Amino acid sequence: MRPLTEAETRAVFEKLGKYIGENIQLLVDRPDGTYCFRLHRDRVYYLSEKLLKLAASVPRESLVAPGTCFGKFTKSQKFRLSVTALDFLAPYAKYKVWVKPGSEQSFLYGNHVLKSGLGRITESTAQYQGVVVYSMADVPLGFGVAAKSTQECRKVDPLAIVVFHQADVGEYVRNEDTLT
Amino acid sequence: MGRKLDPSRKEKRGPGRKARKQRGAEVELARFLPPGKCGLRRPAEKRAVKAAGQTARGRSGFSDGNSKWLAPARAKKTQPKGSHVELSSDGEVEEGWEMEEEEEDGSSEEMVDDYGASSSEEEEVGTSLAGDGESPCASSLAVGDSLTVFPPAEPPDLHVIHQRIQGNMEVLQDFGAKREEGRSRQEYLALLRRDMAAYYSYSDFLLTKLMDIFPLPELVNFLEANEVPRPVTIRTNTLKTRRRDLAQALINRGVNLDPLGKWSKTGLVIYDSTVPIGATPEYLAGHYMLQGASSLLPVMALAPQENERILDMCCAPGGKTSYIAQLMKNTGMILANDSSAERLRSVVGNLHRLGVTNAVVSNCDGRQFPKVLGGFDRVLLDAPCSGTGVISKDPAVKTNKDEKDILRCAHLQKELILSAIDSVNAASETGGYIVYCTCSIMVEENEWVVDYALKKRNVRLVATGLDFGKEGFTRFKDRRFHPSLKCTRRFYRHTHNMDGFFIAKFKKFSNAIPQLSWLLPLQKPLWFFSQCSSLLSDEEPAVEAAAPSAVPDTIIMEPPPKKKKLEGSKADKEQKLPQPALKKKLSVQAQRRPLKAVRPSPKMMRPKVPTRKKKHRVKANGQ
Repeated sequence: MRPLTEAETRAVFEKLGKYIGENIQLLVDRPDGTYCFRLHRDRVYYLSEKLLKLAASVPRESLVAPGTCFGKFTKSQKFRLSVTALDFLAPYAKYKVWVKPGSEQSFLYGNHVLKSGLGRITESTAQYQGVVVYSMADVPLGFGVAAKSTQECRKVDPLAIVVFHQADVGEYVRNEDTLT
Repeated sequence: MGRKLDPSRKEKRGPGRKARKQRGAEVELARFLPPGKCGLRRPAEKRAVKAAGQTARGRSGFSDGNSKWLAPARAKKTQPKGSHVELSSDGEVEEGWEMEEEEEDGSSEEMVDDYGASSSEEEEVGTSLAGDGESPCASSLAVGDSLTVFPPAEPPDLHVIHQRIQGNMEVLQDFGAKREEGRSRQEYLALLRRDMAAYYSYSDFLLTKLMDIFPLPELVNFLEANEVPRPVTIRTNTLKTRRRDLAQALINRGVNLDPLGKWSKTGLVIYDSTVPIGATPEYLAGHYMLQGASSLLPVMALAPQENERILDMCCAPGGKTSYIAQLMKNTGMILANDSSAERLRSVVGNLHRLGVTNAVVSNCDGRQFPKVLGGFDRVLLDAPCSGTGVISKDPAVKTNKDEKDILRCAHLQKELILSAIDSVNAASETGGYIVYCTCSIMVEENEWVVDYALKKRNVRLVATGLDFGKEGFTRFKDRRFHPSLKCTRRFYRHTHNMDGFFIAKFKKFSNAIPQLSWLLPLQKPLWFFSQCSSLLSDEEPAVEAAAPSAVPDTIIMEPPPKKKKLEGSKADKEQKLPQPALKKKLSVQAQRRPLKAVRPSPKMMRPKVPTRKKKHRVKANGQ
């Protein structure tokens, strides 16, 4: 477990910025103590300073997961967000997409969101903007990338993809083994 | 809140585990079928009747034209051990029967005598019961007995067994009045045990243990309760939602549910559901956790406070850990540990799904614990156990556990409980508590372990804070436990409608580890060892032989003999040496041993740890 290097921090923050914009500030400066990012086995964990002390005293080889996993670095040093970060993305998300109850299930099985399943979308979403996907009952389901801007969404045909799937909570069941 | 279970509405069953044919279904069936029919349905009995009616063939209903090709079949039939030839179409059932029978076969000799001969318990039970159930079966049995050709092909008639169990129970309730003359209670009990083992398909060992724990009428309730699956229960994750909202959301999905009970503010019982309850969007979003009612209790007993440091020693699959986090409102720190990396995957998944942010997951052996990390405010030890409390979840337990398994569990549990106690900081302002729980109902894994911990460490038992459950045993057979074991709680399926469970809560009142008087001899001089060796030179083999079966005794036994045993094993090797030489050797030993015990202590910073380990080794040797 070690702090992130300069390059790694940039990669992580750039990726996070796509979803929550300048709200990253809120993740780091919290009223309830300092929180930090740590790298452990190529994965980035987000944890409080207090927890860090506890985790530091566990031997490295037997430490499985300190705090919340945000994502992992691929072998080519790109950062990939995982669904476990959803708890921290959802409250700060700038652009949101709501899916209809009928296509909720389809999204949870790892499919893209189609126009027909689109319930609501934040105004002024640009193309390829990171978005957090909610159910109509405001339960966060996952996140992805807008395939079309809000304007285009209006006139596109019902079977066109509007949000590319990146992660969804169905992964907790589908691939529990690769979460950490 | 939810819709109540409507018995008139048919419960839907998917093609899951329950829908498949289960072992023991024939038991249910036998209860409903009329006795005569059920007797004659069995191939073996058909065979018996056929064999008996061979002279009067015309009666059996085929013409003489068939006799030509029927004759060789008959010849085949008379071969000894030809029982598999005419396996009927329901071969699977047949196999099941035979397996059960083989189980019983060890004691089959007396059984046959009982069936066939003049005076037996079964007979007198038959007379005490209504005669109609008894007569056809008894006659068929008699026929089967006269047939010596197929001795093992006689399946036990479950209907008869069931009746005999009931009859014998009745007799044993009022033994003086109802018993048959000349029969001792032991005989009745042995027969009853055999019958129950056959009827509920338990191993003889486990049933003996259960008979020790429960009085007879309760035992039957317990065994019956183990055959019924329990409804699924879930726990609301109050970090993310409220129980009312969750219940509403689930009802909208077509789930039939109810609050769990007055004692729980977060539990819900699921009666039936049109959707898989482990894959609803609410589940995936972490609004609830599938968790048995009984596993809420240890956490409630632990009563974690906000901003504490808590250790969950055996955390997989993370249900209790997340409940702790929920009670602490995600403050403080939790160290979730488990020794199996495989099972930790689900812990990590569950903790992330439920939004637990104050947990560190580690993969250490629980026994290393005070060394890895100590000074916790509270420790939850949900020890690995034989699982005799959750037989309905895993019926394999019925047959695959024996004395050794249970003692192995108990040994591990003792090691774990000591490290759990050592990891707690007694000086903690809010805490200093340890909760020990198992999903076993064996006394060896529960009261003995607790009693052992009370002897070894500065802890005392405190009330668990649960207002139901049965008190733990303070005396069991020839064992006497500490009277404070009344504070522990046992939960059973048949009385509390949750899985069998045991919970004990300790308060640690001093961080010092009591130096047991029998460890002092480590520093003692020559005379002690010479005494031991002289004592043991003739005693040793007997102790060795008794060791495996008498392990529980070593727990209660005053420590000095154990010490002697250990030294004795060394002394034994040197027995051939002449006496003075032995003395010299022992004196060397006596000098060496204290050195060993003392040497590591300055290095380790925690002087108590090595001595504790030493103690374990002593015990391991003893066992």
